[in-house]
Amino acid sequence: MPGLQEFRTGDTPQPDIVILTHKLARDYDMGGEVVRALRGVSLQIRKNEYVAVMGPSGSGKSTLMNLVGCLDTPSAGEYWLNGLKVSDLSDDELARIRNKEIGFVFQTFNLLPRATSLHNVELPLIYAGVAAPDRRRRAARALERVGLSDRMAHKPNELSGGQRQRVAIARALVNEPSILLADEPTGNLDSATSAELMGVFADLHRQGQTIVMVTHEHDIAAHAARVVTLRDGLIATDRRQAA
Amino acid sequence: MHFAEAVRLAFQTIRAQKLKSVFSAVGVFIGVAFLIGAWSIVNGMNVYMTEKFAGTLIGVNTFHLRRRPNFTPNVSDSTWRAWRRRPRISFEDADAVSNGITIPVITAWWSEDRGDVEYGSKKAKQVSLQGATERYFDIRNIRIEQGRAFTPQEARGGATVLVMGHDLADKLFEGRDPLGKSVRIHGIPYRVIGVAERRGNLLGISLDKFVIAPAVSPIQREVNPPGVIDALMVKASSEVEMREAMGQVEGIMRSRRHLRPQQDDNFVLETSEGVLDFWGKINRILLAVGPGLVLIALVVGGIVIMNIMLMAVAERTREIGIRKSLGARRRDILRQFLAESATLAAIGAVLGVATGIGLSVALNAATPLPASVSPVSIVLGVLLGAGVGIVAGVYPASRAARLDPIVALRHE
Ligand SMILES: Nc1ncnc2c1ncn2[C@@H]1O[C@H](COP(=O)(O)OP(=O)(O)O)[C@@H](O)[C@H]1O
Ligand SMILES: [Mg+2]
Repeated sequence: MPGLQEFRTGDTPQPDIVILTHKLARDYDMGGEVVRALRGVSLQIRKNEYVAVMGPSGSGKSTLMNLVGCLDTPSAGEYWLNGLKVSDLSDDELARIRNKEIGFVFQTFNLLPRATSLHNVELPLIYAGVAAPDRRRRAARALERVGLSDRMAHKPNELSGGQRQRVAIARALVNEPSILLADEPTGNLDSATSAELMGVFADLHRQGQTIVMVTHEHDIAAHAARVVTLRDGLIATDRRQAA
Repeated sequence: MHFAEAVRLAFQTIRAQKLKSVFSAVGVFIGVAFLIGAWSIVNGMNVYMTEKFAGTLIGVNTFHLRRRPNFTPNVSDSTWRAWRRRPRISFEDADAVSNGITIPVITAWWSEDRGDVEYGSKKAKQVSLQGATERYFDIRNIRIEQGRAFTPQEARGGATVLVMGHDLADKLFEGRDPLGKSVRIHGIPYRVIGVAERRGNLLGISLDKFVIAPAVSPIQREVNPPGVIDALMVKASSEVEMREAMGQVEGIMRSRRHLRPQQDDNFVLETSEGVLDFWGKINRILLAVGPGLVLIALVVGGIVIMNIMLMAVAERTREIGIRKSLGARRRDILRQFLAESATLAAIGAVLGVATGIGLSVALNAATPLPASVSPVSIVLGVLLGAGVGIVAGVYPASRAARLDPIVALRHE
């Protein structure tokens, strides 16, 4: 990538680098047979970048997102988040980072079915130890940001797919994370709703949000300024494009 | 996540799954209800036994010389047969003992059986027919409400007079004055000279359905073979003097019966301690069996809760994954599930306490059992219940806490 210094083991990332992976690898042990889902991914992402991750099914996109999202730990390599080496942190420290630094949006929404939109959005604040009144106010504001202030008391099954994904986005943003990760966020949505959602992402990006989004649809990836393509657990291409 | 938050969440979850929650709390509920209920019976009986029963039946600083114990827990057949072979207490025994004691005591003869008492066309059945001497009223603290007790002369002469209990007077005379009236026992007329003050009931049996006539009056034919009595009652003025008197009575009786030193007494000196001893035996059985039953119910309750919680963890694997992905630490998940199982058990325990108290109140109202709830048992019940919930929740909760977020999120 132009303007990015090459990273060597022992270095620390440049100050404006939010995400830095160095030779990141993840093996899955499938009862003797080892699946090498990531085989050494080195990637640097600056503050306020909007990156799309593409690649065929099974190329390791989700594995990469889970590592970047601190849901998983690598088999080898380094992962730095905001200048902090997280690849060898403990379980509880990873939980804290997931809570404070990362907003995750999933293909399947992953909302609590019995909870209202407001309560779903409140969840990260509960684990951050925010007091109830403050929590409610901030959750309401996050829902407002995604245009759902009139759906706060609704449960997920009373919402459309697009609305559910907006609740999930509000939840991802409520703790003001340094990165928003989205793994095929439009995978379960029709094209009109997908386009709407891309509008929301574009707004967030304009407001300064760093976004990494996995997709296998080119017209979705077209919204991002940079496209990283994975193939067999390695980066195949990494290029900027006009958004 | 704060503790209060965890409990609030637990209540939400429990409310959302009412039926399952009720089911899972049943074991703890039964255990605690039983604990409170059984404890209240034991507690009530204890108070009753020590304060009323023993005093009423035997009297303070009093002992009875009898052929065999009156209040006995289950005795073996051979013991029973041996008791039946013992000689009875004869008039001569009673006189010898009364005259032989050097301690200042009062003594009375006493015999009892049940039979009918008639007045005109009215008949009371199963009345306690008692033959006694005049000091009996003092020893048993029977106060005369109306009329008088019989005199030593009447007692010695075997006059056909009697004192009756309040319930019997009510039944036979229905509010009319019983004094001076003639009632019949086995066809023999007796003049009513007194009515005793009401004494209430003991374990549901009226203490006021009796007649007391002089021991050597014709009533002796109703209560005993000729020349013998059921008991000689001896009342001393203190515990120490009672013990001393008992020693003397034992000596007198042994020499009267020519017992050699290695032979056992063939009579008994029964005190209220003897009665309490009997109760103590029942109490010990309850204390041995009760905690076992409570324990079984609580263990079963704990296993049920543990299984329900394991099911809940399996069912909510995805929820756990979601929470973890949003920053829940292991201890947050642990706390959530522990709070849930403890709350479930505590609900069971609180309902159990309420039911136990209700049970005790109902027992009190419907049966003569003097149940009384012990505050200690309530505290213990709630603590045990919640404790069971926490213990039962540890394994499922730690399983939930250890789940890998990605595996959990992928769970269908
Ligand atoms: N938990 C797992 N256990 C075993 N193999 C896995 C696991 N997760 C992913 N894989 C394998 O790793 C490879 C990459 O998977 P993934 O990252 O999900 O790909 P993508 O998201 O690009 O479709 C695939 O071959 C997949 O089968
Ligand atoms: Mg994927």
